[in-house]
Amino acid sequence: MSTISAVAAHDDHHGPEKGLLRWVKTTNHKDIGTLYLWFAFSMLLLGGAFAMGIRAELLHPGLQLMDPQFFNQLTTMHGLIMVFGAIMPAFVGLANWLIPMMVGAPDMALPRLNNWSFWVLPFAGAILLSTFFMEGGAPAFGWTFYAPLSTTFAPDSTDFFIFAIHLLGFSSIMGAINIIATVLNMKAPEMRLMDMPLFVWTWLITSFLLIGAMPVLAGAVTMMLTDRNFGTAFFDATGGGDPVMFQHIFWFFGHPEVYIMILPAFGVISHILPTFARKPLFGYASMVYATASIAFLSYIVWAHHMFLTGMPVAGELYFMYATMLIAVPTGVKVFNWVATIWKGSMTFETPMLWALSFVILFTIGGFSGLMLGIVPADIQYHDTYFVVAHFHYVLVTGALWGIIAAVFYWLPKWTGKMYNETLGKVHFWWAMISVNVVFFPQHFLGLAGMPRRIPDYSLQFADFNYISSIGGFAFGLSFVLFAYIVVDCIRNGKPADSRPWYSAKGLEWTLSSPAPYHSFNTPPTRAEILEESQHS
Amino acid sequence: MSNQNYYIPHGTYWPVIGSIGISTTFVGLANLMHDVSWGAPVMGLGLTILVFMMFGWFGTVVNESISGTYNKQVDRTFRWGMSWFIFSEVMFFAAFFGALFYARILSVPWLGGADNNMFTPELWEGFKATWPLINTPGAIGQGGTAFSTSFKLVDTWGLPAINTALLLSSGVTITYAHHALRKGHRNALIAWMIATIALGVLFLGFQITEYGHAYHDGLKLTSGIYGSTFYLLTGFHGFHVTVGAIMLTVILYRIQKGHFNSENHFAFEGVAWYWHFVDVVWLGLFVFVYWL
Repeated sequence: MSTISAVAAHDDHHGPEKGLLRWVKTTNHKDIGTLYLWFAFSMLLLGGAFAMGIRAELLHPGLQLMDPQFFNQLTTMHGLIMVFGAIMPAFVGLANWLIPMMVGAPDMALPRLNNWSFWVLPFAGAILLSTFFMEGGAPAFGWTFYAPLSTTFAPDSTDFFIFAIHLLGFSSIMGAINIIATVLNMKAPEMRLMDMPLFVWTWLITSFLLIGAMPVLAGAVTMMLTDRNFGTAFFDATGGGDPVMFQHIFWFFGHPEVYIMILPAFGVISHILPTFARKPLFGYASMVYATASIAFLSYIVWAHHMFLTGMPVAGELYFMYATMLIAVPTGVKVFNWVATIWKGSMTFETPMLWALSFVILFTIGGFSGLMLGIVPADIQYHDTYFVVAHFHYVLVTGALWGIIAAVFYWLPKWTGKMYNETLGKVHFWWAMISVNVVFFPQHFLGLAGMPRRIPDYSLQFADFNYISSIGGFAFGLSFVLFAYIVVDCIRNGKPADSRPWYSAKGLEWTLSSPAPYHSFNTPPTRAEILEESQHS
Repeated sequence: MSNQNYYIPHGTYWPVIGSIGISTTFVGLANLMHDVSWGAPVMGLGLTILVFMMFGWFGTVVNESISGTYNKQVDRTFRWGMSWFIFSEVMFFAAFFGALFYARILSVPWLGGADNNMFTPELWEGFKATWPLINTPGAIGQGGTAFSTSFKLVDTWGLPAINTALLLSSGVTITYAHHALRKGHRNALIAWMIATIALGVLFLGFQITEYGHAYHDGLKLTSGIYGSTFYLLTGFHGFHVTVGAIMLTVILYRIQKGHFNSENHFAFEGVAWYWHFVDVVWLGLFVFVYWL
């Protein structure tokens, strides 16, 4: 035993290594979290640039800037990059930074595997992006890559896309295994499951979704691969297969996937609202059970994405009612958040602004989801801009809002410095107003019948598209300010206290700011855990 | 109680080497499939890097384990990790079983006009929805070119039944090996391990023989949905048996080197779990692919 302590003690004092190779070799959860977050941010900018291209083409009716094939490549890559390159890695980055600190652990449970989970991503991203430069161009079949568009009628580059998906899925599965092992095995011995902060709970449940869903995606792209190259007939009716089967397998992954991207954001919001309302979180236990219920339901509702693809009426009814059920646990969460801030002594620092607008805007996205989940209504909405508006309200003003809120909330802990509050607020209002200018009119466009993924449109859609595009450029520009605020904080920020937010609770605030390289060498005591726990 | 005993390794190049290896393999494979001449050598290079990485990474872990760097808590981490890794593999196979059930129960009958698809058979005159689907719509409709099929089924109670017996027995022998390990009966342990590996290798040999017969009797990857599900399910299973047999061989080598004792042998247990998982998948295959 003495040798082991000596190893740890020796490591503790040398801290991070010098030089750039440190980032390649690192096994430290904070370094890896930082790598994830910067990778996600650069992918966000890239995916955002694709979106700017899309909005520029849609500024006016008619074809202006690009041929339709390239437009389709942009919509496809925008979706793939944002989902697999920006949102998912950003949440894993947050998990890396925060979970060991929140559960009183020294680091992640499997540090080398943690390094691999990250260092697969740049390679996968490079393979995915290289498809732009191949003959026939990048995949142009939409991020859902439905067969037969992605099998019979796709460019050769699709095989590279398939392997990129394999790598991204591999990274997610390894990351999820690591998070489960960290939460269940590394939490302080005195911490019980129902003492765990909600960000830890939501990520634990998200990890189960990842391990259940990502291998199914791997199966789907493997079937695509063999259909394309080895003459199998999974998605080809002439061989007895069925293209609709692709959609079933894809959405069996795809629906849990949307909760993979939102549950950690729920966790983040459940930390920020109590802090700035100066009240304990309302309904801690019900939050945990609601999250678990949402996760369970997410596995049995997938075909609500396919109401117009063709399925027996009994199937449509089942998937509609099961989908409606999700509104119950989601409602529990929203009501709990509202009850948390009810009669609170609220102040409106930047993280709180993001969190409050999350509650309102995500709920709008949730409601439009309910509308889409109703079979007869969906016949009207399916594949229109209404769907685009819906999933951007849940993914941008939901998932991305949660990430940005988390960045502002924990930035003082990560960097030991305070960001510029005035700029933070300017950025918030800029982004919040412009995001609604982009996406709210898209509801009207969709209801009026404008189809998604089409570079041209009829004249009656021109005004709303113009407004949406102007909002899009403004929203895109807001991320330049975001980058400036973060860099300015790291370079010039004023030193932050270990607990920069007056009534913030959580073990991470008991550490110094910036947090030490190895979070907890001695696990917190029962008293400390109870003092910092989220239940009142 | 202090966390200081939890070993946190510092600085490693193995993961990034692994990423380079796996990306090189995939880029090579994609080019190989597109008939690019450098595809195969690049894929070979990638696989070589991967093997090098595995030797290096596992070697490091083995050395750390032998030198007593890991405590009980690290051991529990490995257990969680291996269990959920196996669960992810289960879900990978679930995708292919899902495809099989969807085709058998829903889409093939629909092609034959079941439910509200009464006009579908008009597209292919004389199409009969059967399982196994011998005559695909393509074989009938387009002058018999696409997915032209005429194959004989593998006899359930021939090689597949023997293989079931082999794999189930190997599940028993590895359990005996585990008992021997826990009691410190070294010779029995080695004997049971050799028996397990032999059963696995025999299984693979029979599987290859069976593939030969099936292929000779016309059942190919291109035989439509039956061939697709048959070869992908049994193929991925066979690949997992191969990996399992390699892992068992490594464990046998490590037993010879005296790496394990009756208390401390998670590597053995992890491989045993994997072997049982491969066994259970086979039972699913035997029932739903070969038998029913």
